[in-house]
Amino acid sequence: MLSLAVNKDALVLFKKNLASFWEIYRRNTMGLIGLFFLIFFGLLAFLGPHLVSVTTLVVDGVTQTLHPPTPGYWLGTDNLGKDILAGLIIGTRVSLLVGVAAATISMTIGTIIGIVSGYYGKTVDALLMRFTDVFLVIPWLPLVLAMAALLGPSLGNIVFVIGITSWAGTARIIRSQTLSVKERPYVERARAIGAGGTHIMLRHILPNVFPLIYANTVLVAAIAILSETTLSFLGMGDPTRISWGMMLHYAYEMGAVINMAWWWLLPPGIFVVLVVLSFTFVGYALDEVFNPKLRRRDL
Amino acid sequence: MNVQAKPSITEAVPDDILLKVDNLVKYFPIKPGFLQKTTKFVKAVDGVSFFIRRGETLGLVGESGCGKTTTGRTVLRLHEPTKGSIVFEGQDLRKLKDEALRKKRKDMSIIFQDPYSSLNPRMTVGEIVGEPLLVHGLTNVQERTKRVHEVFAEVGLAPYHYRRYPHEFSGGQRQRIGIARAIISNPKLIICDEPVSALDVSIQSQILNLLKELQQKHGLTYLFIAHNLSVVKHISDRVGVMYLGKMAELTTSDELYKHPLHPYTQALLSAIPRANPEIKLDRVRLAGDVPSPINPPSGCRFHPRCPVAVDQCKVVEPEWREVRPDHYVACHLAN
Repeated sequence: MLSLAVNKDALVLFKKNLASFWEIYRRNTMGLIGLFFLIFFGLLAFLGPHLVSVTTLVVDGVTQTLHPPTPGYWLGTDNLGKDILAGLIIGTRVSLLVGVAAATISMTIGTIIGIVSGYYGKTVDALLMRFTDVFLVIPWLPLVLAMAALLGPSLGNIVFVIGITSWAGTARIIRSQTLSVKERPYVERARAIGAGGTHIMLRHILPNVFPLIYANTVLVAAIAILSETTLSFLGMGDPTRISWGMMLHYAYEMGAVINMAWWWLLPPGIFVVLVVLSFTFVGYALDEVFNPKLRRRDL
Repeated sequence: MNVQAKPSITEAVPDDILLKVDNLVKYFPIKPGFLQKTTKFVKAVDGVSFFIRRGETLGLVGESGCGKTTTGRTVLRLHEPTKGSIVFEGQDLRKLKDEALRKKRKDMSIIFQDPYSSLNPRMTVGEIVGEPLLVHGLTNVQERTKRVHEVFAEVGLAPYHYRRYPHEFSGGQRQRIGIARAIISNPKLIICDEPVSALDVSIQSQILNLLKELQQKHGLTYLFIAHNLSVVKHISDRVGVMYLGKMAELTTSDELYKHPLHPYTQALLSAIPRANPEIKLDRVRLAGDVPSPINPPSGCRFHPRCPVAVDQCKVVEPEWREVRPDHYVACHLAN
C-alpha cells in the first residue's frame, strides 16, 4: 500500500522532470531541427530493409547502369545498375549502428578513466592523464588506418577501432567535471560517514557527471559516424555491407566524377553531413539544457 | 604545549573522556606556482588541545577564519592533521590505517553548516539517510528502510518523505535530514559544524532543541562549532574560544559568561546585542582586523589588538594553563 503510493510519487516526479526538460529543450531551434532529423534517420534505419525490395540492389544487366534519376529509380543507378536510393536507405542502419556502438565504447572508457583519474588525483591522475595525452596527440587517421588494416575489414572491428581511439577528449572533460564534483560538501560528507572510493565514485560522482556524459555521447556519435565513412571511403570498410562510406568509396573508385554521375556521389555525402549535423545540434542543445550557465536568460 | 609536558596523559585517558585532542596542528601549504616549492603555509590550526567528556557538549566559538571548522574536520581526519594526537575512546585516530579508520567512522559523524549543498541532489532522502548503513555493510533493503523510518520519526520527518529529493525541502527540514543521517549509525561523537547558522531564527531553536533531545535520549557527545555566542551558551556544557588557530580560553559555560579571563573573550561577550536598550553597554572595541594566519603575530597572537597587552605579550607566547579548576586560558595577565 505504502510502496504503491510511493511509486506513484516517483512517477509523478519523473514526469515533472521530463516536462521541465522538454520545456527548456523546445526553445532551442537548433536542437529541434537536430531531433527531427535524428528521428527521421532512426526510422529509416529501423524500417529500411522493409522499405526497399532486394531486387533493386541486384546487379541487373547492362541496360540501366549509371542511369540518371528517373521515376522508379528516384536517385538513379550506379555502374552495376543498383538503385542508389535503396542503397542509401539500407546504409543508414550501418552508419547509425557504428556511430552508436563506437560512441558507447568510447564513452565507457572515457568515463571510467576520467572519473578514476579525477577522483584519486596525484600519481593515478598523472599516469592516466599522460596515457590519455598519448591518445590525444597521436595522429588519429594513420593510427586508425593501421589498426583497421591489422584487424581486417569487418563491422565489429571498425566499431572497436573507432571506439578505442576516440575516448581521450571525453576522459579529459569527465575528469574536469569530477574534480569539481568531488569538492562538493556531499562528497566530503560521504567520506565522513566512511564511504570508500568505489561507493563515492558510483553513487555520488557518476550521477552528477551524467548530464555531461549524455551530451558528449551524442557529439562522439557524430564523430564516429564520420570516422566510419572515412574508413570505408579509404577502403577499410566491411565490403559485405552497404554503408554510405562504401557507396562513396565505390563511386570514387568507379569514376563517378569523370562520368559526371552526381546522383551517385552527392546523396551519400549529403546524408552523412545531415546525420552528423543533427547529432551535433542535439548534442549542443543537451549541453545547453544541462548547463544552466549556457541557457538564455529569459526563462 | 604544557599539556604534553604532563606525563602519561595520552597513555592513560580517564574513561569518562571520549575525545582528547593534544596539540593539534593543521597547516595548509600554499603553492606559489606549478612545480614550485611550497614556501608558505596557512596555519589554520596551530596547537589546539582540549578534551570532551562522554555525554557533554563542548562549544567552539571564534570569528570566521579562526580555524574552528578546520579543527572539527581535522578531528575526524577529513583533513590529515599536520601534527598532534587525536585520542578517541583510548585509540589514537592518527595511527589508524585507511580501512580501520573507515570502520571507525561509524562511531563519529558530522552535521554540516550548509544543508543545501551537503545533500546529493540526485539521491532520494531515504537513500541519503540510509547511506551510512549501506556503507557499513547493512545491505538488506528492508532492514535499512525500517531503520530509516525509525530515525525519520525521531527527527520529525514523515514516512512519505522517503522518496522525495532534497530540493523539495525547506532549510530546516534539510537540516533534519542531515541530523537523521548523522545519528543513524548510532555514533558516539557528533561534530556539529555550525548546524544552525544557515537557518532563520525561528527554525534555529527547533533544531537546537532537537539536538538536545537526541543527546539526552542516546547519550550523544557533541563538539558544537558556532560563531553565535547565544546559541553556544544555550547548548554547551563547556565552551572553548578560538583566535587565529589557537585556543584562547576554555571553561564551563557559566564560568565563561560570568568570569571571562582572556581579553578576547571579554571583547566577544561585550559584543552580544542586548534586548534591553536601558542597559548601558560597556563595549570593548577591538582595533584592526584579524591578522593573516600565514604570518601570525609573534608572542601572543592577540597582542596587536589586545586592549591590555604589555611588552611581554609581543615576545613570549602565553602558556595554555589551568588557572582555576576546569578553567583553561592562554594569557599572561590572567590569574
